[in-house]
Amino acid sequence: MEIDREDGRKPNQLRPLACSRNILNRPHGSASWSQGDTKVLAAVYGPKAGIKKNENPEKACFEVIWKPKSGQIGKAEKEYEMILKRTIQSICVLTVNPNTTTSVIIQVVHDDGSLLPCAVNAACAALVDAGIPMKHLAVAICCCLADNGSIVLDPSKLEEKKMTALAYLVFPNTTLSVLPEGSSLVEGEPVEDGIITSVTYGVMSVDDYFLCVENGRAATASLSAFFRKNFQQSQKVSFKA
Amino acid sequence: MGLPDSTQDLSSEMDVDAFRRIFPLRFFERHLSESLRPDARPLGKARDTIVNLGLVSTADGSALAKIGSTTMLAAIRMEVMTPSTDSPDEGCIAIEFHMPPICSPTVRPGRPAEAAPVISKRLSDTILSSGMIDLKELCLVSGKAAWMSYLDIYCLDADGSLFDAALLSAVAAFSNLKIPVVALNDNGRIVAINGEGEEESNASKKEAVNKEKRKLTLKNVPSSLTCILHKSYILADPTAEEESIMDTLVTVVLDSSDQMVSFYKSGGNVLAYSSAIKSCVELAKKRGKELKQILGEMDID
Repeated sequence: MEIDREDGRKPNQLRPLACSRNILNRPHGSASWSQGDTKVLAAVYGPKAGIKKNENPEKACFEVIWKPKSGQIGKAEKEYEMILKRTIQSICVLTVNPNTTTSVIIQVVHDDGSLLPCAVNAACAALVDAGIPMKHLAVAICCCLADNGSIVLDPSKLEEKKMTALAYLVFPNTTLSVLPEGSSLVEGEPVEDGIITSVTYGVMSVDDYFLCVENGRAATASLSAFFRKNFQQSQKVSFKA
Repeated sequence: MGLPDSTQDLSSEMDVDAFRRIFPLRFFERHLSESLRPDARPLGKARDTIVNLGLVSTADGSALAKIGSTTMLAAIRMEVMTPSTDSPDEGCIAIEFHMPPICSPTVRPGRPAEAAPVISKRLSDTILSSGMIDLKELCLVSGKAAWMSYLDIYCLDADGSLFDAALLSAVAAFSNLKIPVVALNDNGRIVAINGEGEEESNASKKEAVNKEKRKLTLKNVPSSLTCILHKSYILADPTAEEESIMDTLVTVVLDSSDQMVSFYKSGGNVLAYSSAIKSCVELAKKRGKELKQILGEMDID
């Protein structure tokens, strides 16, 4: 059951990924991440002294500023800011730099679908570039449920509009373990199978949601591998310099 | 509240209220290990829920929903507008969620609450994508006139599970909605028939455009339940105190045929595994039945 996608991809095939880090001079860490035509720029400033109001001074505080490609920031962007902030807070070690604020600035360069997952990946790469202590990476993917009940990964803007439902899912990165039994288990499931963030639009059955989660999880393995390869490469370059 | 002797065990000696403030997490975990919460609820039980309809006389539909002490007031105002050319036979719904300073000590006057626009966006996503309201029913004259319904939800008391209470009040307000009677006048414009002034004298001549369409049919009514994931515990319908101490929140929205409208989790220290997701969905199903009953009782009277 192969469905034809506009750009000739297979249902679970991602668009070409590209990531470059340390591209901006002023921020402490920066990255650009693109999935096909969707491109996002992320910059990290911090940790800076002091925290925002109503935050716990015993923990590191994060703020996310979302800049759309054009125009004013609206409700959708505010929601993205909040989701991204909470996602970052859950993957970073908050006790290392208490009473500090780290700003993550997201600049959308082009939106061609799967914008939020793209921003999560970009923010993650920028945080690594800035050397912010993290527990693990977050790997984000967009899963779509088509009319005929099949699952499509990493949709473009056009595909997103045609789908009955879509889910943005964020997982921890898959670990490369030297232990023979692989990564540690939580309630009989590997750690990387837990969902950090899930946002869905549209109506789907509970079973379809689990199908989305399963497909998304499978795709995060290749995304994690891409992250790993990318970080190893730039590591070599910095050693040479 | 005298300070306890440093030589003695703090937890046995200290005043309960002081212990709750100083070691909130330990206080809660002590309760959770007994499968109980500080407000005497079992883990999977939601707070008492009350819905009242038609409290705002100036609105076309209104409802007040209370879940525990979380209070939401929703009101709908209908206005006639010209539909957009993309969808000439569809009306429109605009949803706004307000958090005035009265609702919580964390909201300062003059500065809008951070959570308000996010909840607003989630509410409109949920209500529009659930298909609860057929936008075609809001059409008056195709391409000429349609209803624009402004739904405003005010949070009067923010004590946790804001989204659940806001959605409940929105659904109740729509069930209470009475669409005003309007007629087409000679100039081809829509005017309200409200028995006032010159309208009344002309009313006999004019045929009401929407005589039989005074109520919206609500299908696939969505109901939501927020749960806290903490270690392996799942706490349904958290209070504000619980939300501030344990930060992993999951909101499940199901419609009346148990289809999933939204599964929302943003970050948090605890990862959601399939087993936890399944239990949350089960709790939401149970809660959906409760809410259906509560809303069903409203319709009778």
